[in-house]
Amino acid sequence: MYGFDYHRPAALSDVVDLLTGDEDAKLLAGGQTLIPTLKQRLAMPTALVDLSAVPGLRDIVAEGDGVRIGAMATHATVAGSALVRGVLPGLADLASHIGDAQVRNRGTIGGSIANADPAADYPAALVALDAVIRTDRRDIPGGDFFTGLFETALAPGEVVTSVFFPAATHARYAKFPNPASRYAMAGVFVARRGDDVRVAVTGAGPSVFRWDAAEAALSVRFSADALDGIVPDADGLNSDMHADADYRAQIVAVLARRAIA
Amino acid sequence: MSIAINLTVNGVRLSREVDPRLLLSQLLRDELGLTGTHVGCDTSQCGACTVHLDGASVKSCAVLAVQADGAEVLTIEGVAGPDGTLHPMQAAFREHHGLQCGFCTPGMVMGAIELARTAPDLEEATIREGLEGNLCRCTGYQNIVKAVRAGALAMREG
Repeated sequence: MYGFDYHRPAALSDVVDLLTGDEDAKLLAGGQTLIPTLKQRLAMPTALVDLSAVPGLRDIVAEGDGVRIGAMATHATVAGSALVRGVLPGLADLASHIGDAQVRNRGTIGGSIANADPAADYPAALVALDAVIRTDRRDIPGGDFFTGLFETALAPGEVVTSVFFPAATHARYAKFPNPASRYAMAGVFVARRGDDVRVAVTGAGPSVFRWDAAEAALSVRFSADALDGIVPDADGLNSDMHADADYRAQIVAVLARRAIA
Repeated sequence: MSIAINLTVNGVRLSREVDPRLLLSQLLRDELGLTGTHVGCDTSQCGACTVHLDGASVKSCAVLAVQADGAEVLTIEGVAGPDGTLHPMQAAFREHHGLQCGFCTPGMVMGAIELARTAPDLEEATIREGLEGNLCRCTGYQNIVKAVRAGALAMREG
């Protein structure tokens, strides 16, 4: 690791000031991506601003018919939350399969979505459920948040503070983990709220995306066999040593059906 | 830059001045001499460096020492009784020969202790999935799974 300064402010405003005052400072949440990245010298921040002392950011609370999850809530906390299990069991189930037990004890929802890894699980849930990301300065719709490979709508120095998930009549995630890394080679979240059906795909492209053809078919009939014969266009999907684009397209088609049944 | 931290390691309160980039695994091994915490991959995959931080299992090579400020750390050196009586999970690993070379064992035991406390059941599939964060390159996991199940049962009975 290159050297860096370390700050752990107790007020969100101080976090924002430190990030705004130094464009090479980085925010530290659970550190499960950032610390390995620093160890490989793939990043060289001047300072880490640790969010862990800011009060209230780990809270999970009921709001309307949905649930608001603090940015610093760990995957283990979300997976074990009776509130999340009650409102959106599919979201708790997603959190319970991120990484491994040790990673889930440290990694946070805010850190995961701000990092926007193309193979991360949470982005599929945020987009399919039409979640709302709250930051220190505004609310951002889930569909507008992920803008590309490791890119989000966050401005420099903007800090995610919580994510609101509305309740849904159906919310389920299915993924095909890489046998070695356990990252999603593809993951599909299917959500239905009233007549609105959303199918969000992670791991298969440079960033999470909605699969329009599947949404249209499921809006007519919400059943796995409504997807018979429908496979996403492989053009633009990821190809690597683990799976080429055509294979990933097939996996997505299978996972979408699993996320409905 | 050097940061003052206070933490409790295996019940002993400590104060240290550390570089922000010092890893918890480095603090434990290099500064405190607690070399039972093994560093296998140093890329947060193998789990050999697993310790408990405020009761939760973490990979100490993916935690900065400064993040452990104010926390309680439990390492493999701290799980046996004061008279040296093995922890039920350690005893189960010995009884069922849940190791060959032993390098992954400290992390396996620390991970398994948390698994025993949190797992909804002790089915083989639950144990195997629960140990995803700990790699063993010798055993094929057969005896490790047996040991974890026996250790967890002993913990629940004890």
